[in-house]
Formats: sequence, C-alpha cells, structure tokens
Amino acid sequence: MITEKTSIMQHSGDMEVIDSGIMNSVLALTENYNYNVHGNYDVQQALSKDVLSIGDFAALLSPAAANYVEPMAQRAKLETRKHFGNSVLMFTPLYISNYCENNCVYCGFNCKNKIHRGKLSLEEIDNELKTIAKTGLKEILLLTGESRKKSSVEYIGEAVKLSKKYFSTIGIEIFSLNTDEYSYIHQCGADFVCVYQETYNPAAYDKMHLGGPKRIFPYRFNAQERAIRGGMRGVAFGALLGLDDFRKDAFAAGTHAYLLQQKYPHAEISFSVPRLRPYINNSGNNARDVHERQLLQVMLAYRLFMPFAGITISTRESAGFRDNVIGLAANKVSAGVKVSVGGHEEEAKGDEQFEISDSRDVDAIHQMILSKGLQPVYTDYIRV
Amino acid sequence: MSDKLIIAGHEFNSRFILGSGKFSLEMTKAVIENAGVEMATVALRRANVGGEENILDFISKNIVLLPNTSGARNAAEAVRIARLSREIGCGDFVKVEVINDSKYLMPDNYETVKATEILAKEGFIVMPYMYPDLNAARALVNAGAAAVMPLGAPIGSNKGLLTREFIKMLIDEIELPIIVDAGIGRPSQACEAMEMGVAAVMANTAIATAKDVTVMAKAFKLAVEAGRAAYLAGLGRVLDCNAEASSPLTGFLED
Repeated sequence: MITEKTSIMQHSGDMEVIDSGIMNSVLALTENYNYNVHGNYDVQQALSKDVLSIGDFAALLSPAAANYVEPMAQRAKLETRKHFGNSVLMFTPLYISNYCENNCVYCGFNCKNKIHRGKLSLEEIDNELKTIAKTGLKEILLLTGESRKKSSVEYIGEAVKLSKKYFSTIGIEIFSLNTDEYSYIHQCGADFVCVYQETYNPAAYDKMHLGGPKRIFPYRFNAQERAIRGGMRGVAFGALLGLDDFRKDAFAAGTHAYLLQQKYPHAEISFSVPRLRPYINNSGNNARDVHERQLLQVMLAYRLFMPFAGITISTRESAGFRDNVIGLAANKVSAGVKVSVGGHEEEAKGDEQFEISDSRDVDAIHQMILSKGLQPVYTDYIRV
Repeated sequence: MSDKLIIAGHEFNSRFILGSGKFSLEMTKAVIENAGVEMATVALRRANVGGEENILDFISKNIVLLPNTSGARNAAEAVRIARLSREIGCGDFVKVEVINDSKYLMPDNYETVKATEILAKEGFIVMPYMYPDLNAARALVNAGAAAVMPLGAPIGSNKGLLTREFIKMLIDEIELPIIVDAGIGRPSQACEAMEMGVAAVMANTAIATAKDVTVMAKAFKLAVEAGRAAYLAGLGRVLDCNAEASSPLTGFLED
C-alpha cells in the first residue's frame, strides 16, 4: 500500500527503475530557476535567436516576458506555420474506465471521491469507437483512471486493438507502465503516450498525491522514457498549471521534454497545457494564478523553445481561447469531447473527471478551423 | 527547342515540383495551376483514403503524384510506406524521405540509400531526399535512384541555398537529375539554384506561408523558368574591376 507515509521517491513493488539522469537534471535546473532575475534584455535576446537554449526558455517564462507576449505571439505564429503549415490535427478522447486507486487531492477521479464509477465492456468500447469513427475522426486517445485491477494492461491492450479497426492514430493516457508493458501496448497498436507530471516540485507533489501508485514521483517522471524505450513513437508532457508555481512547472515540463528529445532524437514530442482556473471570487490577484494571458505565455514559450513540438489545446479552455491559439501556438485540438466514461453511443457509465468548457462537435470544430484559413487534418500518421 | 526534365524516361515540361503538405486542401488546386507544376508530392500519412478531406481528391489526374515516405524513421518503414502507396494507386514514383530526428528533421542518408536500393529493385522510380553529400549521392546512384534531391537548407527554414557548394559538386559529378528539395524560401533562391544547373526545384513552405499563395506560386514558376533560361543561355562572365590584367601574362610565348 502506498500511503501518505510512503516516500514519494521510493519505487515500490514491480515498478521498474531505469538508469536515467534526466530527472535529476530537470529537478536541479528547476530548483535553480529564479524567474525574477530575468529582465527585458534576456527576453529580447531570446527572441532574437534562431535556436533557443534552456536559458532563453527560462527568460520567456519569466514575469518580465509577460510584457512581450505580443512579439512572442508574432514569432510563434511564424514558427507554427513553418513547422505545421496550415494543418490543425483533430482527435477525441475516450474514457473507458474511471476506477482509480490514487488519492490526488485536485482530481475528480480521486479514489476517496464518491462518484459514479464505471468501466466499459469490450463490446461497449467497440460501440463507442464505431460511433466516434462515424464523425470522420481518425485519431483517438484512450483514457483510464489508475487501477490495475479494474483496468488492467491487458484490458487496455484489447481496447487498443479494437481502436485499430477504426483509427489510424492511437494514443493512451493511462497510469504509468513498465517498459515491457509499453512495448505490449505498442504491439497492440498504440504509438503515442501522454503522461502528465502535474507538478515537478517534489514537495508540492508530496502534498497533492496522498496515496496510490501515482504518489511515486520518479516512476511517473520516467514514464515517457520507458514508453520510448518500449517502442512508442511519441510522448506528451505537461504540468497541471496552477497546482504549484506555474512558471517553474512549465519550465520543468519543457526541460523534461527537451532533454528527452536530446537523448532520443527520433522521439516525437508534444505538450499539453492543462490548468487549474483561478477561483472567480478569489480576492486579490495572486501572481501564481494562471489566467489566459499566463497560459498563452506558457504556450508561446513552448512553441519558441521547441518549435517542432506539438501543442494540444484542451476542451477545458473556452471556445474563444481555443479558436485563437490554434495556428498561433497550438496545432492540435480535441473535438466532440466527453469526459465521462463512454457516453458517445451508450449512456455514460461513470462520472466526469472535470468539466469541459468547449462542447462543440467535430463538424463545428472542423468549420471553425476552416474559417480561420487553416486545414483540419484527420490523419497525419501511417503505422507501418 | 525542347528542354524537358526527364526522370526515368518520364518527361516533364515544368521544372518546378510542388510539395503539398502545408497547404489548405482547396488551395492546393489553385496553387498547382498557378505554379504550372506537373508533379506534386503527397504525404501518404495525410492521404485519408476513403475518408473525408482526402488530398488525392484535390490534385487533378494529369499531375504526376510523387508520394513521399514522410514519417519513416528508417529504411524498413520507408519501404513499407512506399509499397502501401503503390497499393492504393499512387503509382511508381516515390520520394524516399527517412528522418530520424524530430528537431532538425535532417534526412538520414545511410538509411535512405538502403531504402532506395530495395525500392529500385521493386521497380519504383525512386527520388531520394538527402543531405548533399557526394559519397552518399554516388551510393544513391548505385542503389538505382532516378534522381537525387539534396536539401538547400533545413526543411521549412526558408533559408535558401545554404548548401550551395555541396550541391554544385553533385551537379558536376552526378549524372542523375539533381533536384533541390528543401529550404528554398523565395523565388530568387529557386532562380539561383536553376542558374547553377540543378534540374528542378521543389518548394512547399515558401508558398504555403506566403500572404497570397497563388501569386507566390506564380512567382516561383517564373523564377524557375528564368533560372533555367539563364542556365541554358550560359551565364556571362562576371568580372570584377581588377580582373583584367593590363599586360598579358603569356606574352613571353614565342609563336
């Protein structure tokens, strides 16, 4: 049992330990990152460079760079165009189970929460997939809560195999796996793995993840590297911005991705930028709050630091914000999203993980992309 | 006078090849017309066969398709993608593209040679995308390539002919058509490449990211034609002011 008393740095049970220096480098860089030392000069320097260093990235995430969001956006738009042209990828997530053994204080799936739990049978998954496929989408992201009992690796593998019948691109956003398990899921047909560290500050992580396997910080941190070693093609990174100091967390997620790509040059990198919204009635203006302006700054910093990396914008954000960041920094959007377990074809079997803000269907997102002079792209991957 | 681009026996009047990956689909057609191209690349991974929004529906039938193997990280993947493209009816042309680096997107010449050899044996007309290295180009010739496509600069960078000197070596030493593939950012650079004597130029990002893509397509067409004409005309000697020696250096010869 992993409880509050378990050290977050202690691997337990069957968790694989890999020999990697990336985590220590990221934690050291992040600990030493003092964004208040960066001034206008550093930001201007960063903006004048062709290829940005980790130091430039640090400057672009600083409060000083908040005054440069417009020039950052100008440059980001060019980079996005250069690397992705007019194309905007579309996909949708499918939650197949929301059973969870983790006690993460900020999450709707928290095992202590009395929510409606459910898991789709393989037949139900097939029905959901079929319904989603009818919208024309070719990319699917399968999600589960963390429960090796209720949603085992084998169960997820079967879901991936079913997805292969209808979709050209399959990603998973599930609990962290060992290398051989990633390899198995890859053989079943998935090529992309999303794992979010939530916060890269171990002290904060300790307070937010009070039990369950997710509490083990390094096991989660090294998930992307195990996935790549297991044969996965691409990995996604992200911090849940607002959980702790968002500037440091965004910095850590960026350097994590950067160092991994340096070590595995073929790895396809992408970022997600989930955030906790500031409370509406929260008095005062907390410098650590992530409003849309700060969120955009983070997205632009990612785009300039790793211009080739994908950036996905979630339906947690408003339609207005999403519409404006595609083509500017983001190159991938979800559409027709349900965050309940199932719910596309059959009635939802479990409650939502969070509330979405943009409920537009595939056609509406498609039209929105076209109206911006961009090209909705359903398939950009061929599995051979 | 006939001045055709000939690739493996296929004749083309246009020496401009269009990359299509970065356009909006409905724009592709207009660009092809304005650029007067007869050959356009298609990323097989984008060809949503049977689905909506299939790029193949936006390219008219008289255009020769040059399916590329983008997404391939090694020779084996490139070979499988090429076979798939032939299966779905994209013809025998294939642009071999093997990229194992997601940051700089530099082609892997070694794997490219391997894929070229396998595909040429299977009857494909192989046009490999490569970093301009003379030895690798010779290996591609031996592997059965139908043309060689060196990059001018990193893909999408619009930086022009950064590899000018190395491309010149290929022009001088390699019998196959040399087609500059990536990095061409403006019509003047396309023109310069043609003046140097490359057989054709390919571009995508430069047009796709222009404010008016159809007009830019036309500009590229004209630039490629101008460069070709200059090459055929034979560039006049460009003399600098001190170059003409006032007294002959060979006056001592007694004849």
